[in-house]
Amino acid sequence: MSEILTNTAARNIFYGGTAFFFVTFAALVAHSVTEVNAFSSQHPVSPSVAKGKEIWERHACIDCHTILGEGAYYAPELGNVWLRYGGRENPEGARAALKSWMQSQPSKIEGRRQMPHFAITDTELDTLVDFLKWTSEINTQNWPPKISG
Amino acid sequence: MLKYKSQHVALYYIVGALGLFLAQIIFGVVLGTIVVQPNFLAELIPFNIARMIHTNALIVWLLMGFFGCAYYLIPEEAERELHSPQLAIIQFWLFLAGGAAAVLGYLFGIHEGREFLEQPLWIKLAIVVVALMFLYNISMTVLKGRRTAITNVLLLGLWGVALFFLFALYNPANLILDKIFWWWVVHLWVEGVWELVMAAVLAFLMIKMTGIDREIVEKWLYVIISLTLFSGILGTGHHYYWIGTPAYWQWIGSVFSTIEVLPFFAIVLFTFMMVWKGGRTHNNRAALLWSLGCSVFAFFGAGVWGFLHTLSSINYYTHGTQITAAHGHLAFYGAYVMLNIALFTYAVPNLLQREPAHQLLNMWGFWLTSAGVLFMTFALTIAGVVQTHLQRVMGLSFMEVQEQLSLFYWLRLMGGVVTLLGVILILWSLLNPVVQHLRSTQAQRA
Ligand code: HEC
Ligand code: HEM
Ligand code: HEM
Ligand SMILES: [Fe+2]
Repeated sequence: MSEILTNTAARNIFYGGTAFFFVTFAALVAHSVTEVNAFSSQHPVSPSVAKGKEIWERHACIDCHTILGEGAYYAPELGNVWLRYGGRENPEGARAALKSWMQSQPSKIEGRRQMPHFAITDTELDTLVDFLKWTSEINTQNWPPKISG
Repeated sequence: MLKYKSQHVALYYIVGALGLFLAQIIFGVVLGTIVVQPNFLAELIPFNIARMIHTNALIVWLLMGFFGCAYYLIPEEAERELHSPQLAIIQFWLFLAGGAAAVLGYLFGIHEGREFLEQPLWIKLAIVVVALMFLYNISMTVLKGRRTAITNVLLLGLWGVALFFLFALYNPANLILDKIFWWWVVHLWVEGVWELVMAAVLAFLMIKMTGIDREIVEKWLYVIISLTLFSGILGTGHHYYWIGTPAYWQWIGSVFSTIEVLPFFAIVLFTFMMVWKGGRTHNNRAALLWSLGCSVFAFFGAGVWGFLHTLSSINYYTHGTQITAAHGHLAFYGAYVMLNIALFTYAVPNLLQREPAHQLLNMWGFWLTSAGVLFMTFALTIAGVVQTHLQRVMGLSFMEVQEQLSLFYWLRLMGGVVTLLGVILILWSLLNPVVQHLRSTQAQRA
């Protein structure tokens, strides 16, 4: 190997190649961000959705649940929970059902995984639902394959 | 044996890292128990809190270990004392206090809510300060001393760690953008800059333990890290399949993340060739075992288990299932846990200026821990295949499917307990000589 490739050449290839791939990557991400912004102008992140995301983070739902497949694997996928609760056909019903789900936890069923009770006000619950509804509108290339998440 | 007095600061980091390692594993076993016995501790430590302690302890101790590795090997490579050993000790206590404050806060529900980045903002800022103290210290040492390929790559990797961590401070209200840049920390760490650290530390260990020519090692090093970044940067695309990003990532992510297997394979070739060609048998056989084990387990955990679900057509079904958890465990263990233990095992006798002790015990720790993690990985992989089929193909609900998996979760817990036992052996073999050393120096003083 020593004749074909000197150490200096190897180092220069490394620096040059890394710069090239990083710039390519950054350009592609920049393009993706403009696409995301285009999507978000159709589906704006309203103050309520933003507030809902804050509530989502305050209680670290992500460390039990996945959202769009990322997070913890202890509890159901929530990226499409709005659709699973029939939000597309009956938004009022889905909202009421999600809110009452949140309020009725923990189930206290022996041997069943538990979701804690969270001190969340009624208006905060509405923002949380708005956040989940907004998330369900994201173009996920048809993921997940089944409504079960 | 210890060429530079200031290398001694590495010992703080090694002991601190090992303590956190134990805490991480204990919380892992707690998590594994909650999964099979959901009412266990459900009120006291809910799953999400235990999980953030488990994963954060892992990341903090691995980073602490990297700091220790750097403080140990940089003086030898640069052929001079550390710029400021005092600063290194202050940095250690600050980092430890930050980590402890974070964990304590988690227990009281004080946290932010993104996976792995749960640290409150002020802890994140403290981490940045700690990183800057560290980078200043080692960069000054290297600038004033001998420059080698190893210090070059190590420094580049560690600067990269700090740079990409800055994206942890960016948390937009738009979930899609949040996810895009969250991966700039998570993926570009473990499949980017951390791999540079891994390659540099293994290269150092190979030079020290096999006596092979530095020229040869350095060329391997540049080839390996070229493969790493040429594939790993665009390989980030394997996380941009289903999060609201354009469809072209399915091609880019699939192709480049498949190539990510190559550097891990090259590392296996590298370590085995060096040991084979070097022909010298170093008296620290345990450290050699960990070094070779690291390259092999990283290849399987990151390379094989990563490839298993990295093609978009497969990831469509496996995304966010127990397959991911299986891969996450074997990859982190093989690449970064084993790397740290390899250097600790090599460095501790030198730092204490004595012959390697408890070699057999340490190697038992190696086999027991590795067997435990492998067993967990297999159990989760089968669970993941069953889950994928029932939930993603048949469309059964999440909770129904989980009930079908309980056997595998029991097996995973068994593997976890074996892991815990192995870790106790490792800790004993490394820390017992440190304790003895402290006792004898105290006796001398008295
Ligand atoms: C300690 C773990 C844990 C945390 C934290 C947690 N959950 Fe849950 N969640 C669960 C479990 C377990 C279930 C399934 C319970 C069942 O089916 O009996 C669940 C179910 C749900 C469901 C119903 C899903 C479905 O498909 O029927 C919703 C909605 C939900 N959680 C929302 C949230 C939100 C929002 C948060 C954060 C504020 C949160 N969860 C935090 C464990 C958790
Ligand atoms: C070397 C040892 C270990 C390493 C490197 C490690 C690493 C990790 C990582 C990286 C995650 C996050 C996984 C992901 O997001 O995909 C995780 C989660 C987890 N770990 Fe470990 N871990 C170790 C040991 C253990 C042990 C001994 C147990 C006990 C059985 C355990 C149980 C768990 C559980 C239950 C989760 C949560 C998975 C979920 O979200 O459902 N881990 N660990
Ligand atoms: C040492 C290197 C690596 C480590 C430590 C590592 C660790 C992890 C972890 C912890 C996750 C889960 C992240 C989350 O919580 O969402 C993950 C996801 C993933 N990793 Fe790796 N990984 C490594 C290398 C690789 C490689 C080389 C590949 C491909 C060949 C790969 C492919 C994947 C894929 C496709 C996912 C997404 C899984 C999903 O869709 O749920 N990884 N990795
Ligand atoms: Fe990745």
